Amino acid sequence: MQPVLNHIKHAVIGFSLLGLAFQATAATKVDDAWVRATVPTQSASGAFMTLTADSDSKLLSVATPVAKDVQIHEMTMKNDVMSMGPVKFVELPAGKAVKLDPNGYHVMLMGLTGQLKEGESVPLTLTVENAKGEKETIEVKAPVRALTNMEGHDHSKMH
Amino acid sequence: MTALLTRRKVLAGMGVLGLGLLAGCDTRGQLSYKYGKDLSNKIMGRTFKLKNTDGETMTLSSFRGMMPMVFFGFTQCPAVCPTTLARAAKIKKLMGADGDRLQVIFISLDPERDTPEILDAYMKAFDPTFVALYGTLEETAATAKEFDVFYEKVPAGDTYTISHTATSYVYDSNGGLRLGLSTSLSAEQCTEDLLTVMEVC
Repeated sequence: MQPVLNHIKHAVIGFSLLGLAFQATAATKVDDAWVRATVPTQSASGAFMTLTADSDSKLLSVATPVAKDVQIHEMTMKNDVMSMGPVKFVELPAGKAVKLDPNGYHVMLMGLTGQLKEGESVPLTLTVENAKGEKETIEVKAPVRALTNMEGHDHSKMH
Repeated sequence: MTALLTRRKVLAGMGVLGLGLLAGCDTRGQLSYKYGKDLSNKIMGRTFKLKNTDGETMTLSSFRGMMPMVFFGFTQCPAVCPTTLARAAKIKKLMGADGDRLQVIFISLDPERDTPEILDAYMKAFDPTFVALYGTLEETAATAKEFDVFYEKVPAGDTYTISHTATSYVYDSNGGLRLGLSTSLSAEQCTEDLLTVMEVC
């Protein structure tokens, strides 16, 4: 009940005070966000999560105070060659849970300002745009999980 | 007298068996693997010379007697490198006592950013027995070529990431190349094939 009330409150504030209609459509759900721990002086790491938008949308960007540069990368595997590179956005089809995990899209945190230690949490700000061009920002606190975390290596389901 | 003869026969038999085992080591391409790719007809990794994080020069023969499992990567890699190393740590555990003979070797494709300190801390996070090797840019290129490992820098903003072959290469304890393990395999599947290699050498 509480979150719904909050949404309504946001919506009301959005419409009446700021007149920003898009605030009422705050509609992308973020689940299981986490960041991979680093060793000292390691300058990059990855952030992972599951995104579900309630209307066709795109994840445009991610920002965090712990890294100088944040990019969205896509990892593809062909003939056991792992290819990685930046993408402009990630499509979030309506109602579909899109995983940003070590097997596909992920958020690259580059130029880290310090070591990321297990147990800490990293603030992430996501910018999502819907089909109407309305932008939404979502704040997430992503826990830092062990460097040795094997999440995303469950290939058993593929065979 | 009879007892003595029998003992001789037993000893002789053991000798023949021993020879058979030795021959098995040199006979290439006779093992059948359930999941991995048989690479016993390929020659790879015979001449590389790289440094470990203590600054010692290492070659494949530095690991004689162990079963080396070689993997290429870079520590800024957020996905396949840590998951492959985590899989290797799990395999070592799954192998039980035999796991003591598995030598995981990580070869850096990014010697410009992977300092010995980072490599050392990175390996230790997974398993204190894992070894990281690195060289100059030229040595790195020559080593990758020798393994037929593809890698290329991909520009990413004002920095770069690296696309690369993610196969793990497995040698027997005599330094003979045996097996290629794809990243799509689970730790359990890899363990099964590794134990097959170990049965012979």
